[in-house]
Amino acid sequence: MSIPVRIPTPLRKLTSDQEVVDAEGSTVREVINSLEKTYPGLKERIYDEQDKVRRFVNVFVNDEDIRFLNESETAVKTGDEISIVPAIAGG
Amino acid sequence: MDKRPFFSHLQCRECGRRYPKEAIHVCEFDFGPLEAAYDYDAIRDTLTRDKIQSRGRSMWRYRELLPIEKEATVGLQVGFTPLIPARRLAEKLGVKELYIKNDTVNYPTLSFKDRVVSVALSRAKELGIDTVACASTGNLANSVAANAAAAGLKSYVLIPADLEPSKILGSLIFGTNVIGIQGAYDQVNRLCSEVAGKFGWGFVNVNLRPYYAEGSKTLGFEIAEQLGWRLPRHTVVPMASGSLLTKVHKAYTEFSKIGLVDSSEFSIYGAQASGCSPISTAIKGNTEVVKPVQKPQTIAKSLSIGTPADGYYAIRTMKQTGGTAEDCTDEEIIEGIKLLAENEGIFAETAGGVTVACAKKLIESGRIPKNESIVLCITGHGLKTQEAISDKVGQPKLIRPNLKEFEALLEPQAQAL
Repeated sequence: MSIPVRIPTPLRKLTSDQEVVDAEGSTVREVINSLEKTYPGLKERIYDEQDKVRRFVNVFVNDEDIRFLNESETAVKTGDEISIVPAIAGG
Repeated sequence: MDKRPFFSHLQCRECGRRYPKEAIHVCEFDFGPLEAAYDYDAIRDTLTRDKIQSRGRSMWRYRELLPIEKEATVGLQVGFTPLIPARRLAEKLGVKELYIKNDTVNYPTLSFKDRVVSVALSRAKELGIDTVACASTGNLANSVAANAAAAGLKSYVLIPADLEPSKILGSLIFGTNVIGIQGAYDQVNRLCSEVAGKFGWGFVNVNLRPYYAEGSKTLGFEIAEQLGWRLPRHTVVPMASGSLLTKVHKAYTEFSKIGLVDSSEFSIYGAQASGCSPISTAIKGNTEVVKPVQKPQTIAKSLSIGTPADGYYAIRTMKQTGGTAEDCTDEEIIEGIKLLAENEGIFAETAGGVTVACAKKLIESGRIPKNESIVLCITGHGLKTQEAISDKVGQPKLIRPNLKEFEALLEPQAQAL
């Protein structure tokens, strides 16, 4: 199923300046993997060499940080939205 | 002014990639924070103790070490708050040499946030930005609203809707646009991260964060200068995002590096409220992984950041310097506020209570030794969080205006003497 993914400013060079792009998958990881096929280079910005979400990246499914859900295995369904947000902000 | 630029570029703290001095805050490759980098050789050649002491008593006396390109234009009177030798509190805590860095009287909005805001807004003007904004737990909103008003900039402040009424009023009065978000600070912050850059605004703690954060260093510079150009052995700092703690460390390190103080060993300790203590919990669990706190529950709302941006760096700073972190309950926070007020005549907000309470625990447990110099950073005024303690400070004694009732009132005390 198609899930909209919100792309943060620092990554928009990879998505031809698109703020929201659609990708297929039933978990966060699957969606990001499918994004990588359309926008090569995107995945390594989000996942580190150990295949974990980078320290300074927050991923949300709708309004919830996936760290409070099932991390990258968090399930997504039609109507959900994934947001990738830089963690460094505030304070 | 020396012709060489002192502030040279922005640099990713993780991978070291260099970036231009624009309104950007994270690395495009690993999302690491961008930090201001300087030409320390150039600064060492020009900045002396005499030169600093000949300047006005504000944070701008250290301007070579701040990330702006021309002279400051916003917040020219900010900083250079008192460093108080806290003799009575020292006696209470059983320590030899204790100081309070008193940012409760910082100009103009009574918290250390005026330091970061004056740098962020000065830089915003250099970058041609006419509207500034922030995500705030209250103090930052007050400061952005006030300093933007004085600088003639438009402003928007985004805050959790359930903040203390005095902090909301303390923004509204300046004619800013206050937007209350129905959610916790971290949700406010996320929204700001998503909209920063979208409208060409300067979000002081998002896309202007590399500039903003550097303003906190001036707290550390002032401590070192006011101690007679030396570093305190122990410094206790309240932690929300952890940024202030890392910048006090950077300040001490820079002063040593450019020779304004002799290099000496120093330790930095972080203080949090137990109801929102992601950094302290990580330190106690001996891990660098900061587990976010989803629903902060403490009266120290100014420290209620469940996902601290600089948590990881704060942990590393404390570990590297031989410091550690502590946290305290709401009851201990109120005791801390009273301890400071009754012994030093300083009325701190809840975050100040956190710092005093945690320092007390660190001293009592022997983690901070009793015979070495200690500085407590008190970062905001108590009038801003009166609601938190209004039913904990007693009531005035009421009498009719006559001598008999007055004497009757004093009688038990007179007998006690």
